[in-house]
Amino acid sequence: MSSPAKPPNVPSPVLVARDVRVSLQGSEILHGVGIEASPGEVVALMGGNGSGKSTFVRALVGAVPTTAGTVEIFGEPASPQARTRVGYVPQRMTASGGLAATALEVVTSGLLGHRTLRPGRGASTRALKALATLGVENLAHRDVSHLSGGQQQRVLISRALVRSPQLLILDEPMAGVDLESQVAFAHALGHLKESGVAIVIVLHELGALARHIDQAVVIEHGCITYVGKPPKDLGVHALPGHDHEHAHEEPDQRSTSRLGLEGPQ
Amino acid sequence: MSLLMEPLVQRMLLAGLLVGVASPVVGTYLVQRRMALLGDGIGHVALAGVAAGWLAGSAAGMAQRDALAVPGAIIFAVAGAVAIERMRSKGAAADVVMAILFYGGIASGVLLIGLAGGSNANLLGYLFGSISTVTWVDVWLTGGLAVAILIVGLGLRPALFAVTHDQEFARSTGLPVAVLNMVVAILAAVTITVAMRVVGVLLVSALMILPVAIAEQFTHRFSRTMHVAMGIGAILTLTGVAITLEHDLQPGALIVVLGVAAYVLTNIGAGVVRRVRGTP
Repeated sequence: MSSPAKPPNVPSPVLVARDVRVSLQGSEILHGVGIEASPGEVVALMGGNGSGKSTFVRALVGAVPTTAGTVEIFGEPASPQARTRVGYVPQRMTASGGLAATALEVVTSGLLGHRTLRPGRGASTRALKALATLGVENLAHRDVSHLSGGQQQRVLISRALVRSPQLLILDEPMAGVDLESQVAFAHALGHLKESGVAIVIVLHELGALARHIDQAVVIEHGCITYVGKPPKDLGVHALPGHDHEHAHEEPDQRSTSRLGLEGPQ
Repeated sequence: MSLLMEPLVQRMLLAGLLVGVASPVVGTYLVQRRMALLGDGIGHVALAGVAAGWLAGSAAGMAQRDALAVPGAIIFAVAGAVAIERMRSKGAAADVVMAILFYGGIASGVLLIGLAGGSNANLLGYLFGSISTVTWVDVWLTGGLAVAILIVGLGLRPALFAVTHDQEFARSTGLPVAVLNMVVAILAAVTITVAMRVVGVLLVSALMILPVAIAEQFTHRFSRTMHVAMGIGAILTLTGVAITLEHDLQPGALIVVLGVAAYVLTNIGAGVVRRVRGTP
């Protein structure tokens, strides 16, 4: 995957998405967006409500089909096999079933993947360890539908982490989450970054995660309007209607040209 | 006890036990996926399969004209389940698809049985079940299919749980979601054909869903819900069959009424327990 021009010691990106287009119910939601994430890099995807950032991550993990563009994971076109090394945290318990299930059962399901239809030996131990990473091992035998929003979110993050992913994709993990869960997650994120996991995270506000973010990508109306250092003025970027037309600071020209994008003027 | 030595009684109890244990396995996945009525839709299609098998049997001049009824039901039920799953995955509204199956299954069943020279009375045994007419061949067939349902339904439980619990996440992991969804649909079709002889196509879904609805009052662990439901299914069918040995009642209907009564009682009981404990 590494290009000949790439300087040494720069790790190859684990995720490269280019010109991704997605149409839902006949109308195009994403008009050709791209992203790159390297080992140990945390990329924040930002933008207002309805900007297309959640659709983009759902396209990255294969939950919605793309109409054009490419998504490469570990240097290969995203295949079910490649997805085995990806951890995904949806915005909420996306399709919680009609029956109760314990946090341990939900987290254990994260051990499955392409050709892994059974979790194998030691699954419970691994699942408990993942729950402990987020400080919720005491909830292992509780019904997930009866947990608070923050607790549910920590269970969903544990379900992604139990896979020992090398690429972690999270869709607004901090939305509606209590402070304790935010701190627990920020702590876990720091460890993952240090251990070389590439992280793409959809955020409304940088909040407790600000110090871990290496790069911000802003999507508005299905197009990328900014790629560069995360904005310093944190809160205002979450406001609906904030158009990101102004430059927060000079965009990272290397990143924008790499993605074939124009930085904001 | 002497009744237990009667081959007919043995066949009825054995068939009831097999169906009672196997049906809730698939029912657990259907309730989990919020498709509790899928069994009814496939059941109606299976009825058309019974009539088609009857028609094929009489066209071939077979001595026993309903010899192909069960194979016909299996073929139609599986085809119907595959069609439902394909339409659902393409975004068709599940309730509309189900409604079309209801009408189409019953109407074509009545038409086909007429063409086969039979009457609607011939369909009655399949509509409401006829466990007292099961032969040893039926019991062996039921046993074979029940074992297949248990092997697939229990063996693939982690993957089927993942897909029915959170399809979007399952897709992100690389699990073969479309294939696993199809496995659930085909399992449902086979279960319906197996249970058809005991409770009939009109009540077949009850045997898949009621034990699960009762079991979920007692546990919040998915795997335990399935195991408890299997036990409840067995108790319901065996109790129903045992009562009809002494009293002249329709076994299929009795099993379902027992199930509904057990559901109401456990629901009230669970409500009382929750109130006493002060838990939600």
